[in-house]
Amino acid sequence: MPEKKLRILIAKPGLDGHDRGAKVVARALRDAGMEVIYTGLRQTPESIVETALQEDVDIIGLSILSGAHNYLFKKVIDLLKKEGAEDIPIFGGGIIPEDDMPYLKEIGVKRIFGPGTSTEDIVSYIKEMTNKS
Amino acid sequence: MSSFDELIKSMISGDRRALGKIITLMENDSSSSAYIIPRIHNLTGNAHIVGITGPPGSGKSSIVDKLVSCYRKDGLKVGVIAIDPTSPFTGGAILGDRIRMKQHYTDRDVFIRSMATRGNLGGLSEATGNTIKALDAFGKDVIIIETVGAGQVEVDIVKVADTVIVVSVPSMGDSVQTLKAGIMEIGDIFAVNKADIEGVEKCILEIRMMLELSEKKEGWIQPIIKTYGNKDEGANKLYEAIKEHNKYLIESGHNEKKRIIRGKTELVNILQNLFIRNLYKTISEEEMEELAKKIANREKDPYMIIEELIPRLKKFV
Repeated sequence: MPEKKLRILIAKPGLDGHDRGAKVVARALRDAGMEVIYTGLRQTPESIVETALQEDVDIIGLSILSGAHNYLFKKVIDLLKKEGAEDIPIFGGGIIPEDDMPYLKEIGVKRIFGPGTSTEDIVSYIKEMTNKS
Repeated sequence: MSSFDELIKSMISGDRRALGKIITLMENDSSSSAYIIPRIHNLTGNAHIVGITGPPGSGKSSIVDKLVSCYRKDGLKVGVIAIDPTSPFTGGAILGDRIRMKQHYTDRDVFIRSMATRGNLGGLSEATGNTIKALDAFGKDVIIIETVGAGQVEVDIVKVADTVIVVSVPSMGDSVQTLKAGIMEIGDIFAVNKADIEGVEKCILEIRMMLELSEKKEGWIQPIIKTYGNKDEGANKLYEAIKEHNKYLIESGHNEKKRIIRGKTELVNILQNLFIRNLYKTISEEEMEELAKKIANREKDPYMIIEELIPRLKKFV
């Protein structure tokens, strides 16, 4: 029987080559009964937004360890707006300094999960976010 | 339903997000399909539908990636449906086939949709057929379907595709494997992937022997093609073979026959689903449980119970 499933895009924008964190999160979301689309490493903001449209995801998670988070989050959000898809919420994870948080919040990143976050927190956050919309 | 009409209109005029949303609607809810399909059915039937199947890790996604490049070189618009398994325990899924197709992510004329099986057996998901229709109505010239990693009985692809490619890899077992019924019977084209590893000639020989023993497909000799993962070598030959098969289907009239069989499958599937939904509306979960108990403690047998239920079930046909 058909049923509604949450579809989550986990994406790795930019040039860093470590996706252990992204994979752990993807696995945890899978185990929570969600459908997780994983893009693979070194994606451009353009390819992430295009994937989000084609896969019709409920939420996008970006994993960034390179330090280019301010640029990359902004770019993805701008492109989503351009496509009329700014209703898709974005959250992030990776190495992101406290000082950059206010800026990221301001441009519309809903939540940042740093090192040491439990996967249960991410799961319950996603459930809460996608329930609202 | 007016928001549905708007979505359908946007989709037909080429809006990628609308197409994405329509697929989701049909995947989540069969009453959405019952609204959408009648409004797009007349726009479908133009695309060539290519199915790719084979065991997990045999390189299906890499082959799809290469084929997409070939089609794009010829200026054709491509839709891809990539299916991965749903966990039987949690209902979740990791959809990772598109990782192999990165080079096409930003090509506006390539639309890739990942789908989870959601409990469907047979190698496809329940909504695959309707998703093919949506991509067809959207204007794709070719739609490539990658099944889940298939074992021996995941053969539903033959019911939806015009051309079926079975991917094998060397050293997967002895010649008895190719004698068995199931997946090896459904190929119109065979690709032996990773053909640079040992055992490739033996693998080809075994497939050829199997084909010689099996019933001939009228006027079509199934080619066996060596492919090499993500290298171009082989992929071009495979592409030529697909085009050749399409030509054969059209010239021989088999295309028409396949479409009629497909129409029948669609009807039976929809009726089956309708029946099961209505069944659960007529007989509650609790009653079903009670009846099951009677079967378990040998008070009644299943046929006896069905005999009693039939008068109640008749009214919803």
